[in-house]
Amino acid sequence: MSSATLGNKSTGKATVQSDHNRPNTLTSGHRACQGCGEALGARCAVDAAYRATNGKIMVVNATGCLEVFSCAFPENSWGIPWLHSLFGNAPAVATGVAAALHRQNREDIRVIAQGGDGSTFDIGMGCLSGMFERNDDVLYICYDNQAYMNTGVQRSGATPPLARTATTLPHRSYLGNDPQTGKDIPKIAMAHGIPYVATASIANIPDLEEKVSKAINIRGSKYLHVHVPCPLGWGYPTSDTIKVARLAIQCGLFPLFEAENAKIVSSTIIDNLVPVQDYLILQKRFAHLFGKNGPSETVEVIQSIANANIEKYGLNGGIINE
Amino acid sequence: MLYQLEGSQSIAKAVALCRPGVICAYPITPQTHIVEGIGELVRSNELLNCEFINVESEMAALSVAIGSQATGVRSYTATSSQGLLYMLEAVYNVSGLELPIVMTLGNRAVGAPINIWNDHSDAMSARDSGWIMLFAETNQEALDLHIQAFKIAETIKCPVMVCVDGFILTHAYDQVDIPSQKEVDEFLPPYSPHISLSIDSPIAIGTMVSPEYFMEVRYLAHKRRIESLKIIEGIGDAFKQKFKRDSGGLVREYNIKNAETVVITMGSVAGTIKDLIDELNSIGEKIGLLSIISYRPFPTDAIVNSLKNTKRIIVLEKAFAVGIGGILFQEIELAFKQTDIEVFSVVAGLGGRNITKPMLKEYFLKKNIEEITFLGLKEDIITQEYKPIKLHGHEGGK
Repeated sequence: MSSATLGNKSTGKATVQSDHNRPNTLTSGHRACQGCGEALGARCAVDAAYRATNGKIMVVNATGCLEVFSCAFPENSWGIPWLHSLFGNAPAVATGVAAALHRQNREDIRVIAQGGDGSTFDIGMGCLSGMFERNDDVLYICYDNQAYMNTGVQRSGATPPLARTATTLPHRSYLGNDPQTGKDIPKIAMAHGIPYVATASIANIPDLEEKVSKAINIRGSKYLHVHVPCPLGWGYPTSDTIKVARLAIQCGLFPLFEAENAKIVSSTIIDNLVPVQDYLILQKRFAHLFGKNGPSETVEVIQSIANANIEKYGLNGGIINE
Repeated sequence: MLYQLEGSQSIAKAVALCRPGVICAYPITPQTHIVEGIGELVRSNELLNCEFINVESEMAALSVAIGSQATGVRSYTATSSQGLLYMLEAVYNVSGLELPIVMTLGNRAVGAPINIWNDHSDAMSARDSGWIMLFAETNQEALDLHIQAFKIAETIKCPVMVCVDGFILTHAYDQVDIPSQKEVDEFLPPYSPHISLSIDSPIAIGTMVSPEYFMEVRYLAHKRRIESLKIIEGIGDAFKQKFKRDSGGLVREYNIKNAETVVITMGSVAGTIKDLIDELNSIGEKIGLLSIISYRPFPTDAIVNSLKNTKRIIVLEKAFAVGIGGILFQEIELAFKQTDIEVFSVVAGLGGRNITKPMLKEYFLKKNIEEITFLGLKEDIITQEYKPIKLHGHEGGK
C-alpha cells in the first residue's frame, strides 16, 4: 500500500499531492531548510491552483524566504510564469498582471500573489489593502510563519503573544512579544468585503487544496492565510513541522474557516481538542514560559486566546459567533 | 493640428496617442492633471483598450505598471517629488528588470520643508537608477518627447522618465501641434515585448543574483545605456523627419558657434536664458547655451564636442547636493577635466524661486564670478539665521 493510497483512503478524496502526476510547480532542488513549512504550503497551494485552472496561472512573489530559496540565478524551481519584484509591492504587481490579462482577453489565466507574513502584515499591507479595496482579480496567499525568518527571526505583526524572536528576546520581566500587539489579517481582508477569505494549514492538505481550488476561480480579490511552521525560527525538530501545525489547529490557536462577502460561512471543528501547552512546549520560542516548576501563568494568557477562538469560530461544534 | 492646451493636457494627449494598455493614477502636485487628463480620455473612449487604475500610493502606481508591462502590455504612470521618492525602490526595480515603462516626472522640490513648486531635486534622486531621463524645455517638446520615449524605451528595453518642469510647463497654456493617431501609429509600432510572463513558455522574472553574476548584470546595463545614446539620437532624427520638429536628441545648441561663455542647463529655464542670450549677443557679448535633453545616459561626448572652442562654462541647475554642491556641475566638470575650460556652478530656482532675466543678466555680465553661486540668495536672511557651529570644549580642533 503506498502512502498515496493511504492518504486517499483517510480523506476519501484524492488530493493533488497524492497524484503521481502532480504538477510540481515548485520542483525539488530548491534551497529551503529541511522541514520548511512554507515550501510545503506553497507547493501544495500552487499545485492545487495549477490543477484547478488547467495550468493557467501566473504567480507574483514578494521578497522573502519563498522567493530567496526558489530562484537563485541561474537556477529556478518554478514551473509556472513567476514574477518577483519587491518586498512590499506583490499585491500591486499582481494587480498589474491581472489588468494586462484583462487587456489581452486572457482572464482564463488566473493570478496568484504570494508572500510571507512580513510582506503581508507589515511592509505590503498598503498595497494589499488597495488590491482588496479595488477587488482586483487576484488570489493573495499569505504563508504565515509568524516572524521575519529570512532575515533571522525578527518580530513581525504576525508574531504571537509572548514568543521569543531576535527582536523580542525575553529578559527578566520581559516575557517576549507583547500580548497586546498584532493584527488579524483575515478579518481585515474580510472587512474589505472581498468575495472570499479563508485560513488553511499544511496539517490539513485536502482542506488547503480545496480552498485554493475554490478561490482561484472566483472573480475578484481572494485571500488565503496558510499557517506554515518554521523549524528554524520556532525551534523544534525539522521532523515535527506537520505535528506542530496540527497542534496549532487542535488547541484552537489557528482556526480554520472560510468567509464569503465579509461573513464567515464555515469553520473546521476540532476533533481532538488539546491545551495550548501541548503546542507551545514543543517550541523553543516559548521555552521561557516553562520553568522548572512547570508552565508559568502566562501560558494562561495564550490559553485564553485559544478559548476565545473556539467560542468565536465554533471550533467545538457550536455556532459561529463572528 | 494646433491646439491651445495646458501642458498636462497635451502630455495626456501624447500618452494616449501612444496607445498604452495600462495607466496607473495617483495624485501628486504638480503631476495630477496629467493622469486626470488621461483618465478622461479613457472614460470618453478617446483612448480605447486601456485599463485606468486608481491606486493607493506611488509605490503601487509603479508596481502595477511593473506587473502589466511584465505581462506584455504597454504601461504608463506619472509622478512628482515625494511621490518619486516614495516609489524609488520600484524605480530601481523597473530598470533592473529591463521593463520599458514610460513615466512622466512633473519636476518639483523635495521636502522638508514641504514645497510644491518646481526644481529638479526629485529627478536628481533617481539619477543613478538606470532610467533614461529626458528633460523637456517647452510643452511642445514635452509632448514630442513622450512619443519618442515609448519608442526609445521599447527599442533599448529600458524605462524612460520624461522630466517636465512642474507648473512652469505642466500648468502653462501654450500652443502645441498634436500629431494624428495615424502618424503616431506609423512612428510607434504596437508593443512587442522582449520578455513577458506566458503560460506557454513559463519563465521566472526577477530572480536572485549572487556575487558571481551581479557585477556583470550592472556592467551590461551600463554598457547598454551608453550605447543607447545613439538610439536616442537616432529616434530624435526619425521623429524630426516624420513630424518636422527637432525636439529630441541628446543636447540642443543655441548660439554657441562663437561663444566664449556657454551656459549649460536643463528644462524650461532654457527659454529665459535664450531670450537673454539674444539680448546679450546684440550688445556684443559672446555667450551661448547648451541644453541637455538626455540627462541619463549622460551625453559626455556630445557635450564636449559642442563646446570645444568655448573658454568658460556656466552650469545653471535647479538642484544641488547638500554638503558638496551642484550635481550637473560635477558631471560637467568631470567631462571637461582634460581641458583648460573653466567651469562655474550656479544653483538657481530651488523650490520654485523665480529665475528672472535681470538676475541672470547681472550674473552673466560679472567680471569675476565665484566657483559656486546661489542665484538670488537673500543674504539678509542668511546673516540673520546663520550661527557658526561650536564644538564645545574642542573649538579649533586638536
